[in-house]
Amino acid sequence: MNLLELKDVSKIYGSVKALQHIDLSVRQGEWLAVMGPSGSGKTTMMNIVGCMDKPSNGAVILDGADISRETPKNLTAIRRDKIGLIFQQFHLINYLTALENVMVAQYYHSLPDEKEAMQALERVGLSNRAKHLPSQLSGGEQQRVCIARALINYPMLILADEPTGNLDETNENIVLDIFRQLHREGSTIIVVTHDPEVAEEAQRTIVLEHGRIAAISENHQKNHQK
Amino acid sequence: MKKQTMYLRMISGSLIRRRSRMLVALLAVAIGATVLSGLLTIYHDIPRQMGQEFRSYGANLILVPSGDEPSLSAADVEEAMAYFPADSVVGIAPYRYQTVKINEQPFMAAGTDLAEVKKTSPYWFVNGQWPTEPGSVLVGEAVADLIRLLPGSPLTITGTDASGKSFSRDFTLSGIIQTGGKEEEFIFMSMQDLENAMGNADEIDVVECSISASGETLDAIVSRIGTNVPAVTPRLVKRVTQSEGAVLTKLQSLVYLVTVVVLLLTMICVATTMMAVVTERRKEIGLKKALGASNESIIKDFLGEGIVLGAFGGLLGVILGFLFAQAVSLNVFNRPISFGLPLIPVTMLASIVITGVACLIPVRSAVDVDPAVVLRGE
Ligand SMILES: Nc1ncnc2c1ncn2[C@@H]1O[C@H](COP(=O)(O)OP(=O)(O)OP(=O)(O)O)[C@@H](O)[C@H]1O
Ligand SMILES: [Mg+2]
Repeated sequence: MNLLELKDVSKIYGSVKALQHIDLSVRQGEWLAVMGPSGSGKTTMMNIVGCMDKPSNGAVILDGADISRETPKNLTAIRRDKIGLIFQQFHLINYLTALENVMVAQYYHSLPDEKEAMQALERVGLSNRAKHLPSQLSGGEQQRVCIARALINYPMLILADEPTGNLDETNENIVLDIFRQLHREGSTIIVVTHDPEVAEEAQRTIVLEHGRIAAISENHQKNHQK
Repeated sequence: MKKQTMYLRMISGSLIRRRSRMLVALLAVAIGATVLSGLLTIYHDIPRQMGQEFRSYGANLILVPSGDEPSLSAADVEEAMAYFPADSVVGIAPYRYQTVKINEQPFMAAGTDLAEVKKTSPYWFVNGQWPTEPGSVLVGEAVADLIRLLPGSPLTITGTDASGKSFSRDFTLSGIIQTGGKEEEFIFMSMQDLENAMGNADEIDVVECSISASGETLDAIVSRIGTNVPAVTPRLVKRVTQSEGAVLTKLQSLVYLVTVVVLLLTMICVATTMMAVVTERRKEIGLKKALGASNESIIKDFLGEGIVLGAFGGLLGVILGFLFAQAVSLNVFNRPISFGLPLIPVTMLASIVITGVACLIPVRSAVDVDPAVVLRGE
């Protein structure tokens, strides 16, 4: 079953055609990598899928409903209920501790639950940093807080825009491990990356160029038993 | 965990952990509230202050000896006093003047009833104390300056008594008076002390009366005393009473204008500071939206911070504003200010509303921007 379907999606910023006639389906539980040169429209596509932006043309069907015609208010609700976002620049709230940053996502979603938030931090190996402010955390640790935050409300779709772009190899591996585990548990993941090694971890890679899908490749890796 | 608990945690986190930023905002709010509560206090207190100021002009009727008579006797005065409406007499102070010397320098001494003087001349500002026992005197500031006296100083007064003999008596200075008028050149003592020194009694040069009555009543009193008590000539002294109302309104509307203008300026100042503080946080707003926060809940977050800031700033402003008004009052009126308790909620409310609105303006505009656009920057 397809969790996500893009049908002839285009996005035009003035004279810039950021996306052109994209057709793409993502299965439930699939791990998809998106590659492509800078400016090829990767972030634009992620924003549209993540209900942060609307396409100029075409339909985006998420979980059976077209989100391309929704009002901003409904988009916010869909984002809150169905999507977990991980950003390249982390984007943590700097005056809240790691734990509180995770709880903020719970707060806007439903009810904050300190125990559950703590478990999410444990899961990304940060239970001993729960009371630290973002400024007291390394980049890798900050990214792991973001992941814990993205996972806390059990999203049906995890969107990660260059999650390892600002990390060294050790931290990259920690993050990839978490993704592998999420994948094994059945999460649907879309990861934007410049790094072929990161892309190889996914089941399928699409390459964008000038806002079009230039290539699609299936990766047959040992760690994708499913 | 309850939603409110997290809400409070977020607000307190923002206020406490972003201390330096918040202090700037708090300062702006507090200064605004200070000016507001200070000026309102002064505005509110002006009628009282000025009323006292005007009432302070004291005596509005004086009694002097008629014709060639050198002085009034206590009996004459008593006779005239019978014509005063009993319940409207504020004070009646008889004066006897005599030239005396201190250190061979001539001064004018006045014997009087000091307790009554306090009522007829309430504007006297006494540095030290009013005399309470025989042998203590008040001197005007000019006198004290001339012979370098301080409250508590001893002084010896010499002179010639009624029978032509010279006398010398020791006194203690209990206080120095400031009036801004010619009283500052006098020495004031009890009538008893002066009579003892002079060796004779019952000589009164002038009686100052303070009577709270309308102009017509005073006119009637004057004519009745004039016809019925031949030894006494009553005279009306023009007090400022007539113009009191006009001056008061003018003064108050002046302060009102100043208050409004300054208030507008501080409001703009507070608003711009808050706007700058919030605009800095557009990214945070975008992030919260990306996390699924509704516009309402983001507005609620910032409003909460604004209200806490406004409340604390307002409270600080109430305290500082009172000190400010007090300083102004002591400098201008030489009198402490009366503080209206309703000013506390008014200032707090104004400060909360202004801060809240100042927060809302930039938050509202930031909230409508797509989170993608905000988060893309950098
Ligand atoms: N808000 C916008 N207004 C105008 N043009 C935009 C806007 N957002 C993106 N673009 C343009 O759309 C194109 C695609 O941008 P996008 O951010 O999707 O690229 P990307 O593939 O994510 O690049 P990178 O790898 O550098 O992150 C770029 O040419 C960019 O300049
Ligand atoms: Mg990008």
